[in-house]
Amino acid sequence: MENDQTTAYWAANIRIILICLSIWALVSFGFAIWLRPLLAALPITIGGTDLGFWFAQQGSILSFIGLIFYYTWYMNRLDRRFGVDEE
Amino acid sequence: MSQFMLNLIVVGASFALYVGIAIWARAGNTSDYYAASRGVHPIVNGAATAADWMSAASFISMAGLIAFVGYGNSTFLMGWTGGYVLLALLLAPYLRKFGRFTVPEFIGDRFYSNTARIVAVICLLVISITYVIGQMTGAGVAFSRFLEVDNTTGLLIASTVVFIYSVLGGMKGITYTQLAQYCVLITAYTIPAVFISLQLTNNPVPALGLFSTHAESGLPLLAKLDQVLMELGFQDYTGSHGSTMNMFLFTLSLMIGTAGLPHVIIRFFTVPKVSDARKSAGWALVFIALLYLTAPAVGSMARLNIISTIFPSGTAEQPIAYDERPDWMTNWEQTGLLAFEDKNNDGLIQYYNDRSEDFAPIAEARGWEGNEMVTFNRDILVLANPEIAQLPPWVLALIAAGGLAAALSTAAGLLLAISSAISHDLLKSVFMPKISDRQELMYARISMAFAIALATYLGLNPPGFAAQVVALAFGLAAATLFPALMMGIFSKSMNMQGAVAGMLAGLIATLLYIFTYLGWFFIPETNMLPNTAEHWLAGISPLSFGSVGAVINFVVAFAVMKMTQAPPTEIQELVESIRVPRGATGAIDH
Repeated sequence: MENDQTTAYWAANIRIILICLSIWALVSFGFAIWLRPLLAALPITIGGTDLGFWFAQQGSILSFIGLIFYYTWYMNRLDRRFGVDEE
Repeated sequence: MSQFMLNLIVVGASFALYVGIAIWARAGNTSDYYAASRGVHPIVNGAATAADWMSAASFISMAGLIAFVGYGNSTFLMGWTGGYVLLALLLAPYLRKFGRFTVPEFIGDRFYSNTARIVAVICLLVISITYVIGQMTGAGVAFSRFLEVDNTTGLLIASTVVFIYSVLGGMKGITYTQLAQYCVLITAYTIPAVFISLQLTNNPVPALGLFSTHAESGLPLLAKLDQVLMELGFQDYTGSHGSTMNMFLFTLSLMIGTAGLPHVIIRFFTVPKVSDARKSAGWALVFIALLYLTAPAVGSMARLNIISTIFPSGTAEQPIAYDERPDWMTNWEQTGLLAFEDKNNDGLIQYYNDRSEDFAPIAEARGWEGNEMVTFNRDILVLANPEIAQLPPWVLALIAAGGLAAALSTAAGLLLAISSAISHDLLKSVFMPKISDRQELMYARISMAFAIALATYLGLNPPGFAAQVVALAFGLAAATLFPALMMGIFSKSMNMQGAVAGMLAGLIATLLYIFTYLGWFFIPETNMLPNTAEHWLAGISPLSFGSVGAVINFVVAFAVMKMTQAPPTEIQELVESIRVPRGATGAIDH
């Protein structure tokens, strides 16, 4: 593989990692912890409590699962596009 | 048939299964022994990782841990799952591509230095040995509780079973027994949970039941729980109490620590391909979530159920009489996990928070002279569920087998991490490089036997700090191994000096901070400052320090790197090669 191709592949990987980790931080540290009071001000309740509580006990875990499978899918496509997938 | 006989049969059958698997999955060479020949299907590895990860504490105590605190302890739920995102995105695929057997091996080769290798081995041993003590004591307790043997006998039986399948089968044996153990533990956990959820909310899925309507009152379940808790002077379940900063740092430390635990990382060396390592982390989290989404539901429903049992006509009315308590309470009183004391001699059971100053006048007006459920062990919320829901005795037997499966699977994974660090990283890589594969396999088995003997000894004579060790393990994994591994992959210019200095700085800073507040080597009364919020540095609890230790590691490593020589070209090429999946090999013969 050409050198600039390697650089481009790695840059694309770093980009998607940063996007996924931003969501990872947003749902857990954000919605479930720091932003909980903000979410509580929204007129949304779930099971008699606020959205932040749901993110703390369920929403963040479900988002984590979604993130890993999305990253896996995205990387498999990226690997093929750059011709670095496993035969 | 008595409950005891039934427990014996179910637990005995599960053990026979594990030993049978071990005989079937005997290891023939080091690649079998360390990495199951890299032939494990990613979904199978996901289930094995889930069993490896979920300990006796997750199985027996987590529901109670969350139910008795509520929202504040969501940190455990997020911390112990969020780490898998870090593993899948930052570590697992690259370490799999590197294609070796142990965590110190990556650090030693990537940082071209036996010093780095040995520092990594030391960190691994401190992390995994402290962690395994808790598992061995947990297995002993589980045995004595379910099989009516004393702790020592229980521990020796557990060690013998682990010995058979791990010495014989290594990673291969451990992987397939962990798969079986996952099936046993998740079935045991789910059945009573489904019944209690049906009973309280008419919803068969506990995780959905938690956010649905309480059948009896028509209120949302969580609103009902908050209401009865506050009526008895307890803190509400969904409210925020405590420091947001510590909640954030503690969650982050658990996440980074999870991603840096060697016994979890090595599981990802067993899958055939790099893309499988990513996928497998996703499956591991799915299997973990099946329990972690159920745990808060089980805990809060069981707590609500117990309060409704004690106050059958509502918290404003009189509680039940001690003589009329249900049979399950009588049964668990015998174990000491539940105890009552009739402080005001009225024959009734007053259960409330007698430490709440706001509630004191109400209690006094009602003639209550203190909480009369004097012992309410949090493990009850899981252990007594089958009886509370009036399920047949075999369900309780299944819980016994599940608790033991959780303890044994985690212990086996840790023991493999410990023994492979000794036989592969210390003996083969440093002290006896000339030994053949057959000889190394023999040394690997001897190290395993040695590790089991050590863990058994420590389980029988637990150092006084058993309760704090898990926090220590997570803090150190976060502050030492995780940053070193990450820099090894993501920074081409990180060199030996930087990595070693970073790991040592993270290790020392974290140990010093923890020892300052919890005592030198956890010896009581040797702490230099009291372990209270006003004495913590910037309000950071010693349990949350791992993430700060990780930052120290990164900063020191980059500072030292700037002042020292760049790594050799071949190392930079090695980093280039682990960044792309193509060319991943099966096990490398050394």
